[in-house]
Amino acid sequence: METGIRIAMEGQGPPEPVSRREETGSVKLKTIGLNVRYGGALALKGVDLNVPANRVTAIIGPSGCGKSTLIRCFNRMNDLIADARVEGQVLFNDMDVYAPGVDPTEIRYRIGMVFQRPNPFPKSVYDNTAFGPRVNGFRGDLDELVQSSLQRAALWEEVKDRLKKNALTLSGGQQQRLCIARALAVDPEVILMDEPCSSLDPIATLAIEDLIRSLSGQYTIIIVTHNMQQAARVSDETVFLTAGTDGAGFVVEHGNTRQLFTNPTDERTEAYITGRFG
Amino acid sequence: MRVRAGLDLQLKMLEDEVVVLGGMVEKSIARALDALTRRDLEASEQVVREDDYIDSKRFEIEEKCIDIIATQQPMAGDLRTVVTILHVIVELERMGDYAEGIARISLLMGNEPTLKPLIDIPRMADKATRMLHRSLDALMNRDTVTALQVCNADDEVDALYDQVYRELLLFMIEDPKVIQRATYLLWVAHDVERIADRATNIAERVVYLVTGKMQEINVSKY
Repeated sequence: METGIRIAMEGQGPPEPVSRREETGSVKLKTIGLNVRYGGALALKGVDLNVPANRVTAIIGPSGCGKSTLIRCFNRMNDLIADARVEGQVLFNDMDVYAPGVDPTEIRYRIGMVFQRPNPFPKSVYDNTAFGPRVNGFRGDLDELVQSSLQRAALWEEVKDRLKKNALTLSGGQQQRLCIARALAVDPEVILMDEPCSSLDPIATLAIEDLIRSLSGQYTIIIVTHNMQQAARVSDETVFLTAGTDGAGFVVEHGNTRQLFTNPTDERTEAYITGRFG
Repeated sequence: MRVRAGLDLQLKMLEDEVVVLGGMVEKSIARALDALTRRDLEASEQVVREDDYIDSKRFEIEEKCIDIIATQQPMAGDLRTVVTILHVIVELERMGDYAEGIARISLLMGNEPTLKPLIDIPRMADKATRMLHRSLDALMNRDTVTALQVCNADDEVDALYDQVYRELLLFMIEDPKVIQRATYLLWVAHDVERIADRATNIAERVVYLVTGKMQEINVSKY
């Protein structure tokens, strides 16, 4: 298979992290004329987007505008929905992730995902973190990898004495950070977060936000959030999506987060972020 | 149901209060000048006393702004409105202080008449007060054209200040005995000149409110 991914996955242990060599801000993910249909209904139309490397990009917009649909295109999670159809291009490091022969499972190692509700496996903290590397046939020092992943997810100090405990005994916020640690353990280049704090209390939410800030610069992060203050706090760039009268979502405005929240250029963005619509 | 009707109302009331504060400051400037001209020490004292009302009005508005930030998390245009008001009320309060300053100079002069009949200083004050009034109109109407006119009008006040300064200097050179009385008037002129500068600051904030751009539009000569 002639994809960058296959090459990256060869050899032992986690592949060389490509993203770290990239200049921050260069285009990591790109969509060109992206349309997504569920059955006959158009859910997203004409999305042209450049996602900068090693930065945090927030996607905001009213319910049903296609935010989750959009980020699920990046690692082909929409493949799991029977009648979902994707048109146009999604490029990851300039490679079309929907090209024939591309293995979506490999894509999902390079582009990890964290969901609304924490979903640890009913296994120990250790086994959750080690899950991906084990499946990958990791042959290095697993203890060290588990520790560094938990450290990067800002969870190590809280769980280092109970690594063998069932992950489901952790608090919601800890479980979510464990899910982030699990994603980090396979050394992804991109982390997609779909409302990662929606089931967490305010303190756990702030802990996740701090974590997102600390990971930016090393990972390309895309976060879908309903919480505009959260988007404003954690992201470098913000994309505002909305749905047209036909119900299909499209990009209204994409820009620097500070600019978008203080002086948006499109009046639909202004109406949405000031709470006058949506 | 209209979304955020509560915030809309709060912002509207906030702007109305800024107009009230602006009116208080305008009145204070006019009274300070009038008391100085008529040598009415009682009236000057009243200006000094009543500056406290201006100060407390400013704090009252500031607290309402803080409440809105804490409870409503304003964004975009709403955020710029609150930030603009926070700046504008400081400018207004300082203008009030200049009016108080003029009243205090009048008190220092005591029962002495002014060195000369006041002509240019009241003209300066008229212009400065008009700038203040128009800057608040520009704020309420989100009118950048008027805001820019206010900024440009500062040159006229500066020119008058120049004239007053030269004239008073001549008095001092001719007769050193009048230095103190001339200096009093120079201080008054300077206070008025600063009022005009503060009006341009308000106008600059209007430009920020409307465009999101922060810039110094007309740098005062003084």
